[in-house]
Amino acid sequence: MLRFMLRRVLLALPSLFGLLVITFLLIRVVPADPAAALAGDNATPEQIARIRHQYGFDRPLVAQFGLYIVDVAHLDFGESQYSSRPVARDIAERLPATLELTVSALLIGIVLGVPLGVVAAVHHNRWPDFLLRVLSIGGIAVAAFWFAIMLQLLFAMQLEWLPLRGRISDGMIAPAGPTGFLLVDSLLAGRIDAFRDALRHLALPAITLSLGGLATITRFTRAGVLETMQKDFVLYERAVGYPRRRLIWLYVLRNSVVATVTQIGLLFGGLIAGAVVVESIFDWPGIGDYTVQAILTADYKVMLAVTLLIGVIYAVVNIITDLLHGLIDPRLWDQL
Amino acid sequence: MLVLRKLARDIPALAGLLIVLFVAAVALAGPWLAPHPGDISASHLLQRLKPPSPAFPFGTDNLGRDLLSRVILGARGALEVALVVVGAAMAVGVPLGLIAGYSTGWLSEIVMRITDVFLALPQLILALALAQLMSPSLESAMLALAITYWPFFTRIVYAETRRLRTALFVDALQGIGAGTPRILLAHILPNAISPIIVRATIGLGFTILVAAVLGFLGMGATPPDPDWGLTISQSRTYLPRAWWYATFPGLAILVTVLGFNLLGDGLRDILDPRLRRSR
Amino acid sequence: MSEDILTVAGLRVSIGGDEGRAKVLDHVSFALPRGHILGVVGESGCGKSTLIRTLLGILPSTARIDAGEIRFDGMDLLAMGERQLNRSIRGSRIGFIPQDPYLALNPLFKVGTQLLEIMRWHAGGNPAAHRARLIGLLRRVQLPDAESALDRYPHQFSGGQRQRLLIAAALACSPALVVADEPTTALDVTTQQQILDLLRELVAELGISMLFVTHDLGVVAQLCDALCIIYAGQSVEIGATAEVLARPLHPYTSALLACHPERTAGFAGIPGAVPSPLRPPPGCRYWPRCPQARPACRARPAHLVTAAPDRDVDCILFEPGV
Repeated sequence: MLRFMLRRVLLALPSLFGLLVITFLLIRVVPADPAAALAGDNATPEQIARIRHQYGFDRPLVAQFGLYIVDVAHLDFGESQYSSRPVARDIAERLPATLELTVSALLIGIVLGVPLGVVAAVHHNRWPDFLLRVLSIGGIAVAAFWFAIMLQLLFAMQLEWLPLRGRISDGMIAPAGPTGFLLVDSLLAGRIDAFRDALRHLALPAITLSLGGLATITRFTRAGVLETMQKDFVLYERAVGYPRRRLIWLYVLRNSVVATVTQIGLLFGGLIAGAVVVESIFDWPGIGDYTVQAILTADYKVMLAVTLLIGVIYAVVNIITDLLHGLIDPRLWDQL
Repeated sequence: MLVLRKLARDIPALAGLLIVLFVAAVALAGPWLAPHPGDISASHLLQRLKPPSPAFPFGTDNLGRDLLSRVILGARGALEVALVVVGAAMAVGVPLGLIAGYSTGWLSEIVMRITDVFLALPQLILALALAQLMSPSLESAMLALAITYWPFFTRIVYAETRRLRTALFVDALQGIGAGTPRILLAHILPNAISPIIVRATIGLGFTILVAAVLGFLGMGATPPDPDWGLTISQSRTYLPRAWWYATFPGLAILVTVLGFNLLGDGLRDILDPRLRRSR
Repeated sequence: MSEDILTVAGLRVSIGGDEGRAKVLDHVSFALPRGHILGVVGESGCGKSTLIRTLLGILPSTARIDAGEIRFDGMDLLAMGERQLNRSIRGSRIGFIPQDPYLALNPLFKVGTQLLEIMRWHAGGNPAAHRARLIGLLRRVQLPDAESALDRYPHQFSGGQRQRLLIAAALACSPALVVADEPTTALDVTTQQQILDLLRELVAELGISMLFVTHDLGVVAQLCDALCIIYAGQSVEIGATAEVLARPLHPYTSALLACHPERTAGFAGIPGAVPSPLRPPPGCRYWPRCPQARPACRARPAHLVTAAPDRDVDCILFEPGV
């Protein structure tokens, strides 16, 4: 298992290097004058010249790339124009909020999507399957920003059941804790009131963000179950009288989720991207909201750091899904 | 046509086709269909934020413009963006996929590694960043979307080319002295056309969606363009009073994207025999 | 207690598909006496798998039983509901040995989990007793390291070992009947021989009955007390193995034996082709290829006639008065 993990980490390295190259090119080559871009709109020519020297834009590209790598290795992304604080610190503070949101959305997607996929497959080509097929395509087709506004309109503005925006009510003091996840930290601190409040704030953004993943997980689970049902071992398991429910929900399902698990790695990238829109609509104090601010104010340092962060998260999530895949399928243990 | 006959039996796919045809008709005939074609830029401050009524079925916006007209007029822009983006992405992605799939060694490696990195980055964020770097406008949004979408075509065409390359018939063609361009264009490309069509159909829907997000975030279309995403963005100040302002442009996006996705999904089942069993 | 553990009478099964309804089984009849091994022999596509799936009640959803009766130990199997079959027949009173040991075990679960799952629902007693009995059976089927086998995964066993596991699974709940679906086809020749020897010993030792379905006459000659030949979904000849092989009566059986005298696998050499079950010829399905066919064959609905003591044949040549 250790060798398997090590191999996976090594495989991720070339992609991360490619990511560094592309972000470097984006920031140094695409804008006509990167120093001017970094300095912002109101910079004086002297400031621009200083930045040009400070960042080494007057040196050859390869040397610039070397400097860039050194900065990234030190997690030194400079100071945000928007918040006037080190970008790395902003990100460290905001990351837990985004992870709490995306992980919640993913959990909703898995908890609902897997059973729905099984139901669709079991009723293959009958009306539940038909309905779920249209709904899952609809889930991918709906614009998240619009769906978020509709949810706000209905549940926050009209019915006033749930809060409109934010992560916790204004008067409420968020419990500090080891995870940075408000739901977990408030439980650890025994603050049921904070837990309830955080959950109410989380509901609408998490539901909005879960839509795309839910649809994808349903589709992949359905296809996986349909494929597994054709296998000889399922026929055997029926022939020796396994109870039907256990056969489908345990023996068939475990074989079917392999494709779904692989898909979750890809989904997580989409969730982070979705968080950009969802966070800005719900004023969720995470990376996505930060990214939108950065893009709107042309804060290149933040954009750069966020792009790198997303690339790293993507690589980490893919390693995790590979390990999950290994846990599900014992045949992989012996191969490596 | 066999494909059409199969399509007619697949109700969701047929619904998708009808929606796509409907949206295309609306986009083409927009200026004649819209009850108030002048409302693309005019404003009538006396009839601001009127709820839906027989005179204005979708209500009016904060400048008193008829939302039904603006939703109709927005269809053309949405389809134009989608067609240009997907067309450009195909023009780049398909040849790259052919070359990477047919050649061996470093060229193929480099192309595919670059493709993988692009696929690893979330399209939306990359597009946002690119659009900002190139200074926000509809043109840079379209360029940014095309830059983020070509790798999907490269992947598909690469996989298909690799598969066909190892198939015997390419050896046979080389044996009778067919040149590489001829093999690629006359023999491999036609075989790869089905997955390209499927991906393009789904890509049209996807591009409309992402373009709407760009418009919503103020990185795409600029006022007074009747862009659906931009309209929803403008509506936020007037919620919850003017619920119709946000609702109808969003429904237009939903229906259009749903149409392309249903059609693409159905086409995939019909065109790709390897997937048919798992349907 | 009747003397036959299993009787199948006039069974007709059809399966719906894209191109219409395929009449896969058209009048299959045979009887299996207690303690005997009956070989059901036919070419691939003759309806053997459908027969097994009908017996076990696991036909595909588009299949339909059009006529016939299956009695097992005095019970009418076709009248039983899915729940009842699952609770008291499959895996418990009727054991099943599948065709391909490489594909029949779920790759993601420990062998023990899978085999104990069968016993959990179908055998009395507690899990510890199940485990002990299973390990005893694994020893009996000569599986090496029987104690540790239950904690391993299917891919860690060879094909022959997996088939031994599956034989043990079929016997785990003390069945009265074991249905074996070509259990040796996927194995190499030496392993095949060992498995056949094992099966014969077990049947004698445990007093069970076995329905052995195969395309291989050579295997039948070694193992089975009696055989039933199936052609295109019709049972054409039934009798004691030695008798039938020495003196085939049905023209199809004769042709079959003639084209491979050493009785190895393979069915080449009969002119013509097996008819499609979508559009079978009327009457006897063999007449288009039969050297002794006559016009009346087309009008004769399939049914067995007693042609000699203990010998039933579905052929017009043996009708009384012909």
